Amino acid sequence: MSEQDFNHIRIIVAKPGLDGHDRGAKVVARALRDAGFEVIYTGLRQTPEMIVNTALQEDADAIGLSLLSGAHMTIFPRIRSLMDEQGLDDVLLFGGGIISQEDADTLHDDYSVNGIFGPGTSLDTIIQFVKDEMGRRGKL
Amino acid sequence: MRWAVVGNSDNLAQRLLNGDKRALARALSKVERGAMEGQQLVAELFPASGNAHIIGVTGSPGTGKSTLVNALIRHWRSQGKRVGVVAVDPSSPYSGGAVLGDRIRMSEHTNDAGVFIRSMASRGTLGGLSRATGDAVTLLDAAGYDLILVETVGAGQSEVEIAKEAQTTVVVEVPGLGDDVQAIKAGLMEIADVFAVNKADHPRAQQTALGLRMMLDIANHAYLWKPPIVKTIATRGEGVDKLAEAIEQHRQFLAESGQLAQRQRKRASDELFRVLRRELFRQLRERVGDDYEAAVARIAAREQDPYSAARELLERPES
Repeated sequence: MSEQDFNHIRIIVAKPGLDGHDRGAKVVARALRDAGFEVIYTGLRQTPEMIVNTALQEDADAIGLSLLSGAHMTIFPRIRSLMDEQGLDDVLLFGGGIISQEDADTLHDDYSVNGIFGPGTSLDTIIQFVKDEMGRRGKL
Repeated sequence: MRWAVVGNSDNLAQRLLNGDKRALARALSKVERGAMEGQQLVAELFPASGNAHIIGVTGSPGTGKSTLVNALIRHWRSQGKRVGVVAVDPSSPYSGGAVLGDRIRMSEHTNDAGVFIRSMASRGTLGGLSRATGDAVTLLDAAGYDLILVETVGAGQSEVEIAKEAQTTVVVEVPGLGDDVQAIKAGLMEIADVFAVNKADHPRAQQTALGLRMMLDIANHAYLWKPPIVKTIATRGEGVDKLAEAIEQHRQFLAESGQLAQRQRKRASDELFRVLRRELFRQLRERVGDDYEAAVARIAAREQDPYSAARELLERPES
């Protein structure tokens, strides 16, 4: 499909919890925009309920979380369970931040968080990941 | 058998009417894409629409439109009204992507079951934005929202067009953007039914309000409705009750003066025109095929003028 079709893919970029470091989230939001995606940026201090409600109202294809607070083992599972409750099972959940490999593996295996990107990840890697995941879902 | 004719789209429309937010969100995506499925949804839901008060909110970037919308939602929610929002931000002309950030200012209403907020990228196609927002309003209206706010940046023609289509258009101004000559220019200023002078704690707010008042006073026609100018401080919620009151008064004026019917007729006419223009262009494009690109190339090379090229395409016999 052509580049044009990218603009139908809608991605929530959110900062959950008490973590004010939003530079990373903004850089990723901007990069996704430049790759042709529509990014809905929620801003800071979002609760899991707010993030899932936003994804529902915006009919999002993906939710990307930026987490630097260490609360990822609480927040990702909570968001996954709310997504299950709302029937958002075809929505991609991914994220980035300071998250150990061990935790990333647990999040992947137990909560289907399909991509966790740590410091130093190139923007191209993230964009390619989203494209691949959307392709797998037949959305690209 | 009834169940045999119920397709997917029927189902979605029914779920939307039953108050299913997921169905509304899905349906909005479909009308935004503008494909046949979206058109069918509008056709099914059109009879259920027509009850909401549609309010356009427009103004320059950074004037506080989203914060003002947030404060208005709070006001109407305290009266138990259900509020829908369509917030439009621009698409990139280069990548087609967008960052939609209007929701940031409306976070406090995200978990409120009586509020539905949808971000929309302008997607920049020929009349596409106004078609998509018009259809989105129809869906929110059918879903039973009492008030529907359409927020757009008042920069481009299509954004002004959208705002104009609302029953009540609020133009948001702030102090310090320009002098009173800006206020007598054509365009944005002319479409306001209500002016909000936001950031009214700024020392020049009074001058901005006076500039607008002067602009309204020197108009050479008698107003049936003279747009009120309301000073607001959206971040603190100050003046928002007065703004809501001005919007409500305008709604009453429309109903009592017969202008509501007139506006609805204008909106219907615009909608039909847009659908026909899009469909006729699509049909022509299909009929002439590659000749279209060939004509573009001839005009770019200055071998032919656009009028003659258009005439040739229109007169081309059916193949």
